Amino acid sequence: MGSSSGEEGEEQWVPPSRRPELADVAPLPQADGPCPVVSIAYRGDFREVMDYFRALYAAGERSPRALRLTADAIHLNPGNYTVWHFRRVVLEALDADLLLEMHFVDQIAESNPKNYQVWHHKRWLAEKIGPDAANSEHDFTRKILAMDAKNYHAWSHRQWVLQALGGWESELQYCNQLLEEDVFNNSAWNQRYLVVTRSPILGGLAAMRDSEVDYTVEAIMVNPQNESPWRYLRGLYKDDNNLLVADNRISDACLKVLNKDWQCVFALSFLLDLLRMGLQPSDELKGTIEAMENSDPETGHADIAVAVCSILQKCDPLRINYWSWYRTTLSS
Amino acid sequence: MVRLSLRSSRPHGDTARSRGAQRSGGPPASAAPMDSSSQPQPQSPAAGGDPSEDGAAAELPRLTVTQVEQMKVEARVADIYRVLFDAAPNAKSVMLELWRDQHVEYLMKGLRHLAPSFHVLDANRPWLCYWMVHGLALLDETLDDDLENDIVDFLSRCQDKHGGYGGGPGQLPHLATSYAAVNTLVTIGSERALSSIKRDNLYKFMLLMKDKSGAFRMHDGGEIDVRACYTAISVASLVNILDDELAKGVGNYIASCQTYEGGIAGEPSAEAHGGYTFCGLAAMVLLNEVEKLDLPSLIGWVAFRQGVECGFQGRTNKLVDGCYSFWQGAAIALAQKLMAGSDEQSKQSQPSKLSSVDDSCGTSSSGLASEKSSVVDYAKIGFDFMKQSNQIGPLFHNIALQQYILLCAQVPEGGLRDKPGKNRDHYHSCYCLSGLSVSQYSAMTGSVSCPLPQHMLGPYSNLLEQIHPLYNVVLEKYEEAYEFFSSE
Repeated sequence: MGSSSGEEGEEQWVPPSRRPELADVAPLPQADGPCPVVSIAYRGDFREVMDYFRALYAAGERSPRALRLTADAIHLNPGNYTVWHFRRVVLEALDADLLLEMHFVDQIAESNPKNYQVWHHKRWLAEKIGPDAANSEHDFTRKILAMDAKNYHAWSHRQWVLQALGGWESELQYCNQLLEEDVFNNSAWNQRYLVVTRSPILGGLAAMRDSEVDYTVEAIMVNPQNESPWRYLRGLYKDDNNLLVADNRISDACLKVLNKDWQCVFALSFLLDLLRMGLQPSDELKGTIEAMENSDPETGHADIAVAVCSILQKCDPLRINYWSWYRTTLSS
Repeated sequence: MVRLSLRSSRPHGDTARSRGAQRSGGPPASAAPMDSSSQPQPQSPAAGGDPSEDGAAAELPRLTVTQVEQMKVEARVADIYRVLFDAAPNAKSVMLELWRDQHVEYLMKGLRHLAPSFHVLDANRPWLCYWMVHGLALLDETLDDDLENDIVDFLSRCQDKHGGYGGGPGQLPHLATSYAAVNTLVTIGSERALSSIKRDNLYKFMLLMKDKSGAFRMHDGGEIDVRACYTAISVASLVNILDDELAKGVGNYIASCQTYEGGIAGEPSAEAHGGYTFCGLAAMVLLNEVEKLDLPSLIGWVAFRQGVECGFQGRTNKLVDGCYSFWQGAAIALAQKLMAGSDEQSKQSQPSKLSSVDDSCGTSSSGLASEKSSVVDYAKIGFDFMKQSNQIGPLFHNIALQQYILLCAQVPEGGLRDKPGKNRDHYHSCYCLSGLSVSQYSAMTGSVSCPLPQHMLGPYSNLLEQIHPLYNVVLEKYEEAYEFFSSE
């Protein structure tokens, strides 16, 4: 039990060749061959640590000194998945203290938050520790997300912990907080979607939809140029187009935005989808679209979806190819 | 030269939308994406409102981190484009040149020697080979025989005796580095290179990496995600070892990663992301299971990832990055081919899923989605895909993308980068060039055999080699490898 893992310490770093505990190990150089390519000019310490690591790895030695050497190798290159893999093998063989190991990997993760291996290692550990790990893992991802609120790995880890180990209680509150800080944070909207659809304490999408539509429409009204809530709104009615079309709040929101800014691409695009799904346009909506079209010298279109699409072709020139294609898919 | 005329193509003038940074009710901006006159002022983050409403500014919310970062990038990019718009015609032509010699020199140099700082990529050396060799192949630069042989020897040293390639000699085999190694060997294309791949062992390795869900894990005990699925399926398809056993369940896993936004995430419930969207879509094509994805919503999501900077972002409300020129650009180019002649399907099923493909089997001309018989001929899917010509033009702005790559991603000393202000690297060089190739060839429709000058930005000498977008290897090299592995 309890072999130490990190060996952080502030004491002077001793190269493996001068460590008594490794005196019997013959370092194994990398088999790069006589004419290597993409050959890295390794620094002396890197080469030495890796030569000793290779020797113990080749021997399959599952010992405390092997564990310490993997820590050295990881500090030098946390992207070496072979070293992490071997470290897990050794940890299991030694029945090591998992909390201590979590402390070790957390330190590496903090300075390498976009590294696949550290997060995978954390997931492996958290799975072994079980539900007890949920709170501390949520604290940790919060800390990482406070530095970069869109860190993909941190979000994936957080989602995995929620679904595998729990800790949903304050997650919606956390989403609210992040969206208050930055309503353009699409990762937070994505997390909100997970919470609303999957949290065991909220009752699922059907129970949450109504209040979520209000929340989202409000966010759109504050900033109609924020794409995230528009996409989220669509997500709230995923696989249920009839309900989407029937919800007046949504077509009203499009109309309200367009009355202020008739070239709002997100509103036009959403409206186009609604029309395609069978929305029967109100007289007011028809009037608005016709007014938009009349501002253009071209003649208007009888089909209102085609009319919206042609407006998009003009006011969203970056996507002109997309809208031109889209128009061919409309039956006119 | 081809003149980018986004500026004058806007009959309504006002649409320079700042992604995530638009001031509501602000004054109409005057011109094209990135016209400098329409730029918000990052210097005054506290007052994000309409300058004409100074009195109300205090009530407006402060700008968020996303908005401020976005404005900084837009301002930098606008400075670059302003120089282009104001330049004299022959100066413009020079500005839009692809700096071939410099890129070749940068990539060639890395193939032999890399500085000590590259130790962080010590477990990615086959990737380094691929980024450089593929970049050079796109530039139509041939390697001398000694160098080619040395690369083949090196990759053989990365090949595990039980199958698959690791990140360096003696490292654990890994699916991503196997993809990089195999793509490099296919690009080299010699008999020696292709026959160095131990296909039987590779197949056994892949079976071992398969999770009970059907998805793949990267290495023994490694992470499961869409990247692992793509690299496995791409390699298996390329060397002709893909079969039902390997394919089983992968498509369902990938489909479960498509999010409410329309793009594909790394794993179920995560955020839609350009890299995973390419990986997921390409794998689905190779598996003949595209109909399990909601293609219209995927296309809509990708189309909206191209922003006012003219390049692609990886996720909604994130910053532009040159590498997504490939990930997003190729994803939408794949979708473009899948849409070929399938407007009928699209009409029937939009905006819900393209699930009616089965109904329309008889008339479908997409070829791939049709005939969902019990036995799928995996060997021919990738080959047939390229035999079909495009029936429709690009679904993204191919000229604008070339503008971003040529003006914002190129580094004068050679190599390409994420965005202005960042350093070049081999990864971005590879994927910016791959994206440039995709955008140059994306407007080829019908029986046209090479891109027309009006579909290219800058001199025609900018034209790169064409790639096979399912694998991201140069098409000619793919065809040679296809021949080779078909007879194996």
